[in-house]
Amino acid sequence: LASPPRAVNVDLQTDATLQVDISDALSERDKVKFTVHTKSTLPNFKQNEFSVVRQHEEFIWLHDSFVENEDYAGYIIPPAPPRPDFDASREKLQKLGEGEGSMTKEEFTKMKQELEAEYLAIFKKTVAMHEVFLCRVAAHPVLRKDLNFHVFLEYNQDLSVRGKNKKEKLEDFFKNVVKSADGVLVAGVKDVDDFFEHEKTFLLEYHNRVKDASAKSDKMIRSHKSAADDINRIASSLYTLGTQDSTDLCKYESLLKLLTFLCFKIEARVAADEDLKLADLLKYYLRESQAAKDLLYRRSRALVDYENANKALDKARAKNRDVLQAETSQQLCCHKFEKISESAKQELIDFKTRRVAAFRKNLVELAELELKHAKGNLQLLQSCLGVLKGNT
Amino acid sequence: FDVDVAVTNPEKVGNSLPMFRSKTFSVRRRFSDFLGLYEKLSVKQSLHGCIVPPPPEKSVVGMTKVKVGMDDPSSVEFVERRRAALERYIQRVVSHPSLLQDPDVREFLERDDLPRAVNTQALSGAGFLKMINKASDAVNKMTIKMNESDTWFEDKFQEVENEEQQLRKLHALVDSLVNHRKELCGNTAVFAKSMAMLGNSEDNTALSRALSQLAEVEDKMEQLHQEQAASDFFIFAELLADYIRLLGAVRGCFDQRMRAWQRWQEAQSTLQKKREAEAKLLWANKPEKLQQAKEEITEVTKAWEARVTQYERDFDRIGMTVRKEVLRFEKEKAKDFKSQIIKYLEAMLQSQQRLIKFWEAFLPEAKAIA
Repeated sequence: LASPPRAVNVDLQTDATLQVDISDALSERDKVKFTVHTKSTLPNFKQNEFSVVRQHEEFIWLHDSFVENEDYAGYIIPPAPPRPDFDASREKLQKLGEGEGSMTKEEFTKMKQELEAEYLAIFKKTVAMHEVFLCRVAAHPVLRKDLNFHVFLEYNQDLSVRGKNKKEKLEDFFKNVVKSADGVLVAGVKDVDDFFEHEKTFLLEYHNRVKDASAKSDKMIRSHKSAADDINRIASSLYTLGTQDSTDLCKYESLLKLLTFLCFKIEARVAADEDLKLADLLKYYLRESQAAKDLLYRRSRALVDYENANKALDKARAKNRDVLQAETSQQLCCHKFEKISESAKQELIDFKTRRVAAFRKNLVELAELELKHAKGNLQLLQSCLGVLKGNT
Repeated sequence: FDVDVAVTNPEKVGNSLPMFRSKTFSVRRRFSDFLGLYEKLSVKQSLHGCIVPPPPEKSVVGMTKVKVGMDDPSSVEFVERRRAALERYIQRVVSHPSLLQDPDVREFLERDDLPRAVNTQALSGAGFLKMINKASDAVNKMTIKMNESDTWFEDKFQEVENEEQQLRKLHALVDSLVNHRKELCGNTAVFAKSMAMLGNSEDNTALSRALSQLAEVEDKMEQLHQEQAASDFFIFAELLADYIRLLGAVRGCFDQRMRAWQRWQEAQSTLQKKREAEAKLLWANKPEKLQQAKEEITEVTKAWEARVTQYERDFDRIGMTVRKEVLRFEKEKAKDFKSQIIKYLEAMLQSQQRLIKFWEAFLPEAKAIA
């Protein structure tokens, strides 16, 4: 697959010192192999340009290593790319293969083309999602220096990161449960800092609404796809209607075929446009806003730890026992909290800037695409009507 | 279950037809009146091999809702669907040159007070097709198989049957499309609301405004989808349904021709029997009764000879009519499909034009985001 178009949802500064992209990808039976291509002038790397092959699990390993790193607690960790999922598409292709005997050669070829195009679209999207993740990391002033990231980019052997086993998955699950229970507790505490208080309120509501909009846009797109599928089926059934001569517009079969062809051109394209722009954008910002919420949560945790350390210090002083220990602990917590607060503020401001830019880019592109297709459809319809009306 | 349906189609008849009293006139008719007209016409005209356009179907569910007086969109749709179907029905009737001459048709169009039609129960959509199929079965059970000198009838009949099958399949698919579009409508409306909510919680002013605008555009799209679904239904699906029924009527007139042939054959075999009886009598050799009996037999035989000649003529004439009718039907069908498809495409064109307006209005809002 040649270098896919960068359907990037984020507006990123591409920096000459470190450029990362996915130059190639291969879809095998149950996995996808991404070719990660790096161009860098940084001294950390042995060469200026190099490539390695990575699989989805290795991206997840990298993402999780950021999340687990205490030093990065004050940053929005770029959300992990979703797992490549070709199951539905593969199943459809298989069903088609099984039903080959029951349809005409034209029907079969046409449907196969449609399904292959669908598979290709999903493939391109998963490549884009993985690429965006890497680009976000490369654009981040601190994360780009991460050692694991450099190993990920450069080490040309398998990173041997197996997927999480059952026990680890269970641990993750409980960690998340505790977090959300905590989240509820922590969210209740009003923040002294106005900026963070506003951000907390804003993000909680925003995240929920993006989630809702994302779900509803998916539903809408599915209906559109069903309608387009129906038209496809109508077109297929018309292949067997009447004689083979489809050009004689005095025959009603040719008229029906013409009509269906037009409907199909118009429907299928629109469904694809909406999918690409709006739904992807919403899905991406669902994950980003979650990552921002996670940052706020970490800050709140640090605040709670700081407050607890203060209380412990007061107690120690009162009892005059382990005061030095309590003082050290309190200083550490204070330092941690302040460090997180400082970087978090900048991260959240950057998040807003990125979000506004991404929405702008996508909404403009969506409007332009809709206009382009509507104008094309208009022309098509006008010329068809001209022929039909003139052909009395 | 008779409801006053005003089919607003003032019959504007051309000046060349002096048979109507005035150029433009209208009357009020009940749904059962239309069915009654069909019954009268089919009894008379189908004997000649004429393709009599069938009326639209009765629908118990639809009618009950309307009677209860529900003002909801589905019963409004039902009434409109029925009105349009009745209009197409009557237009097909009057565009047929022989049917236009029929006094029942003229009475239907002109007479202010039409006597109520009775016995229209059999004429629900399902009932109509059952009738046709029963006739077909009777034809199939004929013991004497027809020996066609001209394969035109056999071939054409096969074509008609295949076409009817195809259109049924197509109609089911179009029904599915209509449902999915209605679903899309609902989902788009819901999505529009969620985008409006998202716009509300967005704290960048320009983006918030743009998202609200987008929500409005999506709302307008829902309106477009609604109209597209209606267009699919009224134009496309109804056209197919009409032609499925019409093809049934075409099959019906082929069956009428077979019946005519059957009558002729039966008359011929009866004539044969009578002649044999006559011959037997000649050999019986009973002089006293012979003269009188001979006269009687000759009368009967002559009557049957006349019948055979008549039925043969009828059969030939029906054959010619059927041929003519089928050719006319095919021309009308192509014309009908063409005009409906043009209507459908024009509706699509209009919605593309409106789409363009919506997005052109939105684009500057999107560009204004900062």
